[in-house]
Amino acid sequence: MKSRKRIVSLLLVLLFTVLAAIVLVPLYAIVLASFKPATEVLRKGLNLSIDWPVMSMDNYRFLFSGTEGYFQWFGNSVLLTVVQTICTLLVSAFVGYGFAVYDFKGKNLIFTCVLLVMMVPLEIIILPLFQLFMGIKATLGITLIDSFAGIILPFIAQAMPIFFFRQYMSGLPHEFVDAGRVDGCSEYGIYFRIMMPLAIPSFAAMGILIGMNSWNGFLWPLIVIRSQSKMTLPLGLASLLSPYGNNYSVLLAGSVMAIIPVLILFVCFQRYFIEGMTAGGVKG
Amino acid sequence: MNATVQHAAKPPRKPTNETTLRHFGYNQKLAPYVFVAPFIFTFLLFFLYPMISTVIMSFQNILPNQVEFIGLRNYINLNDPIFFKALSLNLRYTFFTLLILIPMPMLLAVLLDSKLMRARNFYRSTLFIPALTSVVVAGTIFRLIFGEMPGSLMNQLVVLFGAKPIKWLKLADTSFIALIMLATWRWTGVNILYFLAGLQNIPRELYESAEIDGANAWQRFTRIVFPMLKPVTIYVLTISIYGGMAMFTESYMIFSGNRSPNNIGITIVGYLYRKAFEENNMGYGSAIGLALLLIVMIVNVIQLYLNGTIRREKKV
Repeated sequence: MKSRKRIVSLLLVLLFTVLAAIVLVPLYAIVLASFKPATEVLRKGLNLSIDWPVMSMDNYRFLFSGTEGYFQWFGNSVLLTVVQTICTLLVSAFVGYGFAVYDFKGKNLIFTCVLLVMMVPLEIIILPLFQLFMGIKATLGITLIDSFAGIILPFIAQAMPIFFFRQYMSGLPHEFVDAGRVDGCSEYGIYFRIMMPLAIPSFAAMGILIGMNSWNGFLWPLIVIRSQSKMTLPLGLASLLSPYGNNYSVLLAGSVMAIIPVLILFVCFQRYFIEGMTAGGVKG
Repeated sequence: MNATVQHAAKPPRKPTNETTLRHFGYNQKLAPYVFVAPFIFTFLLFFLYPMISTVIMSFQNILPNQVEFIGLRNYINLNDPIFFKALSLNLRYTFFTLLILIPMPMLLAVLLDSKLMRARNFYRSTLFIPALTSVVVAGTIFRLIFGEMPGSLMNQLVVLFGAKPIKWLKLADTSFIALIMLATWRWTGVNILYFLAGLQNIPRELYESAEIDGANAWQRFTRIVFPMLKPVTIYVLTISIYGGMAMFTESYMIFSGNRSPNNIGITIVGYLYRKAFEENNMGYGSAIGLALLLIVMIVNVIQLYLNGTIRREKKV
């Protein structure tokens, strides 16, 4: 019996080792390619052969020489991700708290609206939203097109985080709210000084989910951003993948450089990544 | 003299300001509306208004200087071979991603969760790594892996099995395989996480009592694990249908842009993007978007009805 268990255990580890290896092949291939000359990759395609004579750091050297605006895209993406994550977290948690703690007229109707937003694919809103931005520019003179504010603002009170924070904050002890009121704290003081600090653990997981979506966001930035200098990393990299392949050096090394920071964050904060990714599924 | 009068007049004014402010801060009736105000504001301006305007636009022909009401003509024009091509691609993509990305991750999650598994967290994290790459980077990698040159990884594999190199991304069927493999690669780890989270919610006592009753592994899976995973499965199913029907970036990257040979890679959102932003036909674009909304809703209602979620809710 014991030896049978040991064999099953060994087979399981073997199976998952093979799967893990398969999963890592594409990443290994791109890392390998980033050390090969772009012309070589263009001519032969992406494969796993190690070809020492042609391999070098040239792609990275070219990337870091900064001629292609890669680091501008990188900086834009970092800035956008940080600002969007912080703003969306703060606003969505604020709204979620309102749903969690208070009973008020119209609560059900407004919460139904939150659920409604979750049921409509974002891709449909993009066209009329762009039209709205054009209209805002024409009538009010406020430029949301080609700005990060335009990327962030429409999705600052996101339905999913609101739903998540409502769930989390309804689990916090309501006595704290009453105690705060007795001690003469204002309603907003209760939130900012007592309840929000209590909810901080849930911010990490949700922040990672929002941050990942922001860092990887493509379609909406593709429509909002017009100028080369404001492109985010995904937009910039996508623009390099032209059939003519004149910039494959930057594309190859740049793709690897785009994965590395996320990978480092993942290794450090694994628990929060996993909590964030499954937040919607289990709670809902 | 004047100064003293002002001094005397000032103190009573200051408290009034403060009391209104205090009133505001302590008003429990008003507070909830202040808390949800950011949502109401963005909902009205960035959701409801655009939704209504896209419905209106779908009945219009929009030219730079004039807007013309054309009734249902945009919708009638959806009877368009390219739109059907896009619809067919998204439907097939959704079908095959569901076929792979529900049973396989569920099985892997059950195996990972087994008592006999070693280094569980290490494997879970490794399988999750592809989800960290953006679709843009993952798409770049897969485009190059499925290159048409004989030296590309997939062609090397094909040659190894004795076949001739394939122009993967020039043909409808083979490029579809590339799309499905890209999705499988990026999502298996995420779905494993969902199912693992679902497995944590199964009380241990259930397994123990089943073991006492002499249930074997297969019976435990079909009678306990599978039914208990139903809520997670329905969640994964629902979001996968949304993701599959609205799939765009994957195709955009695999075909390096919104143009693919003979439109083999056209998606519904890609067609919307082409009509609305490349050809500036906002009316037709709106009709495509609303058709997508309708299709997603119908598919999901059918799915939720078939697995009993909707019926059960009605009873309660």
